[in-house]
Amino acid sequence: MFQVRIHGRGGQGVVTAAELLSVAAFLDGAHAQAFPSFGSERTGAPVVAFCRIDDREIRVREPIVAPDALIIQDPTLLHQVDLFSGLRPGGRVLLNSTRPPAELGLADLDVVTVPATELAREHLGKPLPNAALLGAFAALTGAVTLGSVAAAIRERFTTKPAEANVAAARAAWDLIEEPAHA
Amino acid sequence: MPRQIEGSRAVAEAVAACRPEVIAAYPISPQTHIVEALSQLVKTGALAPCEFINVESEFAAMSVSIGASAAGARAYTATASQGLLFMVEAVYNASGLGLPIVMTVANRAIGAPINIWNDHSDSMSQRDSGWIQLYAETNQEAADLHVQAFRLAEELSLPVMVCMDGFILTHAVEEVELPTQAQVDAFLPPFEPGQVLDPDEPMTIGAMVGPEAFTEVKYLMHAKQMQALDVIPAIAGEFAAAFGRDSGGLLRTYRTEDADTVILALGSVLGTIEDVVDELREQGERVGVVGLKCFRPYPLEEVRAALGHAQRVVVLEKAFAVGAGGIVGQNVRLALSGLPTRVYDVVAGLGGRPITKASLHRVLAEAGADKLGLLSFLDLDIERVQRELARAKGARRPGPHAENMLRDIGVVAAGPV
Repeated sequence: MFQVRIHGRGGQGVVTAAELLSVAAFLDGAHAQAFPSFGSERTGAPVVAFCRIDDREIRVREPIVAPDALIIQDPTLLHQVDLFSGLRPGGRVLLNSTRPPAELGLADLDVVTVPATELAREHLGKPLPNAALLGAFAALTGAVTLGSVAAAIRERFTTKPAEANVAAARAAWDLIEEPAHA
Repeated sequence: MPRQIEGSRAVAEAVAACRPEVIAAYPISPQTHIVEALSQLVKTGALAPCEFINVESEFAAMSVSIGASAAGARAYTATASQGLLFMVEAVYNASGLGLPIVMTVANRAIGAPINIWNDHSDSMSQRDSGWIQLYAETNQEAADLHVQAFRLAEELSLPVMVCMDGFILTHAVEEVELPTQAQVDAFLPPFEPGQVLDPDEPMTIGAMVGPEAFTEVKYLMHAKQMQALDVIPAIAGEFAAAFGRDSGGLLRTYRTEDADTVILALGSVLGTIEDVVDELREQGERVGVVGLKCFRPYPLEEVRAALGHAQRVVVLEKAFAVGAGGIVGQNVRLALSGLPTRVYDVVAGLGGRPITKASLHRVLAEAGADKLGLLSFLDLDIERVQRELARAKGARRPGPHAENMLRDIGVVAAGPV
């Protein structure tokens, strides 16, 4: 089982990110379960959502305590929340930031940054980092395919925002994938 | 074809496929997404003919459902927590009048202290209301139970409550094979009311009944619930044949054949328990699970048959009777009366506290060694409780417990102003 915890702030679409990730995994033929952290969240407050992916039926419903990967939508959470709690050894961390991990004091951790908000501004005209983060996450972990991320986005949004989000996801995918192949 | 879908959406679509003619509801977390989705389906015309009535309270939601059902319409509503409590007088009227209303309860704790998270204290408070109570383990089962619930309600002229864990199921996105319209139409015939208010053939429903017949009318309610013990498995069997999957019934056993220890629970926690039991089985432990799918009527004989040969039973329940102990646990003891089986009540998951595999492993180890108390509370911080009791004892005006407890834990917003 591959378990992902997503951190963000209320209004940034943490719940939507978990849902889209689960739909992408489902479209890839896996079993998936997405769920929010069930709070009475307020805009701007730290929020968490979860996604499990497995090739077998998923029965467990406890919150994810030992994630295999993290997606962090907002770098300001680094100073507010214990983001890395329970992360499995070797677990991948995707952080939305324009700066390299070393500049953020994260040189010792296996963190990859992607400028998801900037990509979203460029492709959507709005600072909504979800699609770009999911594209980057697909490249980073291989837990889902880029094609299924795009299909999940197209299932969720109407044509025009869907295509803009798919473009942002693809651009982020390229940013992660190209250096890996260089 | 299965879809990856939110639990609330799946339930809304399953309910819509049952062609309700009147939906009266008032929004309350975590039920809201269900009735929002249904109101959309009515507005777009996808669900027609159907009248969606935005009422001013839950009391009105049930009252409108009663009126609609008495006038011969298939009626549906949904609620949770304080909303269910607010409609209670009408809840008893619906069952007393024998009206086949179907209601989803998106299980949530009851205040005070106010809490929006999941447990079973809302539906358990209505266990004696005369409604049939079914509990869903997954979103697939939640969707399927609604289709069965309308059939069951109308066959027996009794209201049915479908209980699904708030947030844990309602807000979870997972795979659900939605019942198709054609399947539901073949399974659920149009509503033929057993009693109907019709101006052309005037009659009354809801007569005052004195001591001369009250016992008999009430006993009829009991007799119909007892009939439901046969009808529920029959409908679940027909459902399995028509839809190709098992959902509902009275109870389900999992790896109980040779089990020394059996854990019994209701609702979505069963999945986590089954994972734990598989892990213990790999270590050679003889443990099994009974999932109670129907709590009212109470399947006493079936519970006895499923648990009778175990040495011990752990009843894990998400509600309790304050001042008495476990609710489901008491019912299980009744079913096992005269047998040497030990029954341990474990109250868990109150107000949304996660029920983790680690805690379940611990409680099952303690039970296996018969070191568990007859009543225990999973992951209870007893030291904090004792500190508060001690503090309150010495003080002339100790103040509110909830606020004191939050201050002790260090929740910032709950500090003194």
